Amino acid sequence: MGKTLFEKIWESHVVVKKQNGPSLIYVDRHLVHEVTSPQAFDGLRLNKRKVRRPDLTIATMDHNVPTNDRSLPILDQTSAIQIKTLEKNCKDFGIKLFDINSPNQGIVHVIGPQLGITLPGTTIVCGDSHTSTHGAFGSLAFGIGTSDVEHVLASQTLWLEKPAPFEIRIEGKIKNPHAVTAKDIVLSIIKHIGTGGGTGTVIEYRGEGITDLSMEQRMTICNMSIEAGARAGLIAPDEKTYEYLRGREYTPKNFESMIGLWRDTLKTDSDAEFEKQFVLHVDDIAPQVSWGTNPGMTCDVTDSVPSADEFAKGDLNQKKGAEKALAYMDLKPGTPIEDIKIDRVFIGSCTNARLEDLIEASRVIKGQKISHHVRAMVVPGSQMVKKQAEEMGLDKIFIDANFEWREAGCSMCLGMNPDILSPGERCASTSNRNFEGRQGTGGRTHLVSPVMAAAAAIKGHFIDVRKMDLS
Amino acid sequence: MESFKKVSSIVTPLDKVNVDTDQIVPKQFLKLIQKSGFGKFLFFDWRYDENKNKRPDFVLNNPLYVNSKILVAGDNFGCGSSREHAVWALLDYGFSVIIAPSFADIFFSNCFKNGILPISLDEKTVEKLQQETSPIEVDLETQTITTPSDKILFKIDSHKKKILLEGLDDIAQTLQYEDKITEFEKNSKISSILIND
Repeated sequence: MGKTLFEKIWESHVVVKKQNGPSLIYVDRHLVHEVTSPQAFDGLRLNKRKVRRPDLTIATMDHNVPTNDRSLPILDQTSAIQIKTLEKNCKDFGIKLFDINSPNQGIVHVIGPQLGITLPGTTIVCGDSHTSTHGAFGSLAFGIGTSDVEHVLASQTLWLEKPAPFEIRIEGKIKNPHAVTAKDIVLSIIKHIGTGGGTGTVIEYRGEGITDLSMEQRMTICNMSIEAGARAGLIAPDEKTYEYLRGREYTPKNFESMIGLWRDTLKTDSDAEFEKQFVLHVDDIAPQVSWGTNPGMTCDVTDSVPSADEFAKGDLNQKKGAEKALAYMDLKPGTPIEDIKIDRVFIGSCTNARLEDLIEASRVIKGQKISHHVRAMVVPGSQMVKKQAEEMGLDKIFIDANFEWREAGCSMCLGMNPDILSPGERCASTSNRNFEGRQGTGGRTHLVSPVMAAAAAIKGHFIDVRKMDLS
Repeated sequence: MESFKKVSSIVTPLDKVNVDTDQIVPKQFLKLIQKSGFGKFLFFDWRYDENKNKRPDFVLNNPLYVNSKILVAGDNFGCGSSREHAVWALLDYGFSVIIAPSFADIFFSNCFKNGILPISLDEKTVEKLQQETSPIEVDLETQTITTPSDKILFKIDSHKKKILLEGLDDIAQTLQYEDKITEFEKNSKISSILIND
């Protein structure tokens, strides 16, 4: 029997296999940030251990960095300490750091691909659940806890049980790709399979609906694999993948010869079997808007807020969850999604803050002003994205429309820095999680695509972006 | 890590599905650089209102459960962010066993690194345990949960069981395979990141 792409990458990284037990898997790339690493470095010091392969490890600061003027000191003392701690740890252990003043600073999952650190066929880990993003390049990439961060620093390996391969096939062609995006595809998937639908699996996204997508759109899809509970999500590399990576700063010297090897090996065999399968037809899908407090609580923009019963379909626990979500979100069942007014708009995060996201959103905004009662911000995913956007004049389009134009970081995706919602504020957000309090205690998050967020900023409420002039 | 053997206590019923790690420990508390002291932040936004007063309807604020070591929750517990701070908070608060119909992968793995035993049982059994008001006993060695009326067997991977029972240092174990890791590296086609620097 043939093998899936995931199984091939897995098998090529097994260092030790215990009978009926876990395998010791080699890690090719380890990405480190300020929030989930301090305790790991402390553990190394305590046990007098070194970092085994500093040359396979890079660090940046993204989670709690302010996104306003970088020349000002960081006011929050605990954030400042965490950032200083990362600087010291990288210096002590010989790890390359893209610090707050580096032109390469940015959200770790944006800079990895952008710098060519992310490569096909590799294993990539980071103390962050959205590490699944890098799977868009045909790598096996997943988030780990801090104990595992320490384990990888010390040994460059991890003990893992082999997850099950899960095929998600995206069939058909999206009719209006400027209005219906990769974000809508992945939200649709999670709406159908649920936030636990991928638990214990590695998803491989396949089909025409995937190969049609650009690399940045593929990253959006793989990024949210974790929101379906999957350990990782990946997409077989193709010519788009190699073209994207060619010439980037940290791609290896033998890149061109590696492409030959990747072309031959990095694909699922035609007779391989998946343990689980799901098919989504995208010909007629609508822009998606989440209404609840997990990403599975999502509907079409043309729908109304469902009742707890409609959502739960007979499952009592899901019903209780939905009732609580509706109360938290202060939404009445039956309210058309387009009637929901918003206070804030956040275009940013490792899901949707790449150059293409900003280009697409700017097409909606151009020449218009945001609604008078809305506060809106764009937080580019990296300083490089910011610079490229500014070279194209996108900053001007956003600023003219009264958006705030910020420095790179995770920002209001999780609100560890000063960018947060006030209690009760409602936000159209291009991020990945609408959990209670995620963007600020008492804040209400609706997950949408960048173009849907841009459209909501202009109108002051959700609107089907397909109705807007995107020429 | 301390070794895990038996735990006896009453259960704290947390009647919620899809409890994410943002709820277990909200982001404003992730800025500490040590592992200790996270217990006071456990379920912070559910335990306290905006004026930092205890919410009387939240289960952890019920004096009945103050010394409970066993949390019994709904499906897909620990989903979302990979933050191990969630496990540190549960442990520091006093929980050493979490029972639920299912767990998110990263959270599940994080538990074993810190001496917390996550047990998944079918939904009906979990619901029954949530109703249990007498103390129960969880014995890892025999993989048994004993209630006044029942004996429930649970499954656990033998390697994970050993790690908890012996309180093993994971990294020390792995470094015994150092020659194998070195051998693997010699054959790896993937170059270092910084070769171009």
